[in-house]
Amino acid sequence: MPQSFEKPAHGSGPPTLAGAGGQAVEPSAAELPVARDGFQTELTVSSPFTEFWKKFRKQKLAMAAAAFIILLLVIALIGPSIAPYRMDQPDYNNMLAGPSLQHLCGTDEFGRDIFSRILAGTRISLWVGLSSVAVGAVIGTILGLISGYYGKWVDAMIMRISDVLLAFPGILLAIGIIAILGPGLNNVIIAVAIFGIPIFARIVRSSTLALKSTVYVEAARSLGARNRRLIWKHIFPGTASTVIVYFTMRIGTAILTAASLSFLGLGAQPPTPEWGAMLSSGRDYLTQAPHVAFFPGMAIFLTVLAFNLFGDGLRDALDPKIKG
Amino acid sequence: MSDPAISATGTKKVTCREKGRFESDTVDYTASPLLDVRELKKHFPVRTKDLFRPARDFVRAVDGVSFFINPGETLALVGESGSGKSTTARLILRLLEPTAGEILFEGRSLGRLGPEMMRQARKQMQMIFQDPYASLNPRLTVEEIIAEPLQIFHVGSPVERSRKVSRLLDIVGLASRHAKRYPHEFSGGQRQRIGIARALALNPKLIIGDEPVSALDVSIQAQVLNLLKDLQEEFGLTYLFIAHDLSVVEFVSDRVAVMYLGIIVEMADKETLFRHPLHPYTQALLSAVPVPDPDCRRERIILPGDIPSPVNPPAGCRFHPRCQVCREVCRREAPVFREVKPGHYVACHIRGQGSEARGRKEEVGDGGQETVDGGGT
Repeated sequence: MPQSFEKPAHGSGPPTLAGAGGQAVEPSAAELPVARDGFQTELTVSSPFTEFWKKFRKQKLAMAAAAFIILLLVIALIGPSIAPYRMDQPDYNNMLAGPSLQHLCGTDEFGRDIFSRILAGTRISLWVGLSSVAVGAVIGTILGLISGYYGKWVDAMIMRISDVLLAFPGILLAIGIIAILGPGLNNVIIAVAIFGIPIFARIVRSSTLALKSTVYVEAARSLGARNRRLIWKHIFPGTASTVIVYFTMRIGTAILTAASLSFLGLGAQPPTPEWGAMLSSGRDYLTQAPHVAFFPGMAIFLTVLAFNLFGDGLRDALDPKIKG
Repeated sequence: MSDPAISATGTKKVTCREKGRFESDTVDYTASPLLDVRELKKHFPVRTKDLFRPARDFVRAVDGVSFFINPGETLALVGESGSGKSTTARLILRLLEPTAGEILFEGRSLGRLGPEMMRQARKQMQMIFQDPYASLNPRLTVEEIIAEPLQIFHVGSPVERSRKVSRLLDIVGLASRHAKRYPHEFSGGQRQRIGIARALALNPKLIIGDEPVSALDVSIQAQVLNLLKDLQEEFGLTYLFIAHDLSVVEFVSDRVAVMYLGIIVEMADKETLFRHPLHPYTQALLSAVPVPDPDCRRERIILPGDIPSPVNPPAGCRFHPRCQVCREVCRREAPVFREVKPGHYVACHIRGQGSEARGRKEEVGDGGQETVDGGGT
């Protein structure tokens, strides 16, 4: 038998809990200290965001990555105007020149300043990364929520299609899509977005399944909430942290995929200062002037690394399992 | 002491002032049952390994349960784990779809309502959940949690809603300054008060408590139980109170129904059930209640064996393999759940041989009314 707080009054008059509860009932003695603690910390109300920030701030590497990403965003916004040279300005006296004070990262085969071109390319790379992942995340999340929440044949259908898409290696699928749509930066965005959809659908579906069976979702249903409200108000916010983490991680991969496609000549076309395209044209001069390929490669590497480290930090700060 | 809003006595002052606005319906004790459950069944299919063949085995979680609750009273549903108490609660709210049976709420059959009508009907019946840590969405503030039912049914403007939330917080003994906090900042007892406030928001007639105090500390249990009793008095609430702790049941209920393996074996008003239990299972259950007196040596009825699997419940009377008074007939025939004395229902071949009166009587003895006075303040 479970504990009982009172002598069971078997035939000994009416049950009197009032007597036993006498002291306990009045000032909620056991609960007061907790409440008081709460009052003292009134100034630092721990909303989910402050909680997150406290955890995120501690991770030095992720903080550095975040700072780098902010720098990238600033460059993407104002890059061309702070660049020392115009990105398409040739200097035929200085072709394939190594790094110098005049040209920080050297010049390419037409004597264009590589540093300026990298600055100009930041906008393209970030735009491709962000937009393709955003499209993939939005569609994937919606499909995942529907799939996980409604289950049955809807779930089976969405998940089998996802399986088919996931069966292709990412780059191969992208090449296939571009083969259909034709080369070009916008088609690269579409290709990378399509590849992101099943990934987001799958992770959102699995957290939806877990959240669907929580007591608070059942409680909301018992209150009379409709499906749409249950999904958006109670289930989606629970999946949001996972989505955010994957979102940042995928940006790195998306930039890499986009650069690879451009490298293969399927994405941005030569005059565009896209990093992958720059890498591709630098490949021809790898032995004479390695810096032509090196600096765009470094730009890709650092950007992808920053997004991955940032994503790692976010996961550690947001993951409810680590939260404890 | 320093914060009267948290104490149960403080509750009273506030609620009396606000009474007029909340009390939409006065209790009418002469009316027909508020909730009438007839032959309710829920069978869960057991998954088979064969993909293409439908399940042949079923867990008979609830297997023909009938009871009624009169307006303003508290019916306690007791039984051990796995006896089908919580499933019954979820069936009544149609969080689960019943396999068979009928649920009449104010004479209307809930089973026949379409989804939208059922949603509207849920305004009238709310649930308090067992685990106050799991039943509140950790990402919403207390205000958002309590205002949710109001939002769902578009009650009032945002300003009116937030006013109502602070009134509800007062009623359950929390302060309105708690409204902007998150559930994790509260203790278990306080969280359960938040859950109660949420259940009260729509002025429901019926509140189903699924072991609302079993997850709480013993000292907090008493507070929450007293709060529930006060609220019942103030707002004329009707409770279906699910519990496994018999001392809680004795304190809170007017009538008690004992469940065993998906059926109700005995139902009577509290006094009768605790003093003159008829069913051997009820007797064994009562004998297991600990008495805090070291000198008291009672005869305890130890039941042999475990509760059988609800997939293959024993033939005949479900209790017969563990029963001390079992006879031949018990192995063959399932006993009928019938009224042996006015208001006292038993499903037993041996002990159930009272008057042959079948069917139901609406009026149940007014036993248990005195405890309301004993508990309140």
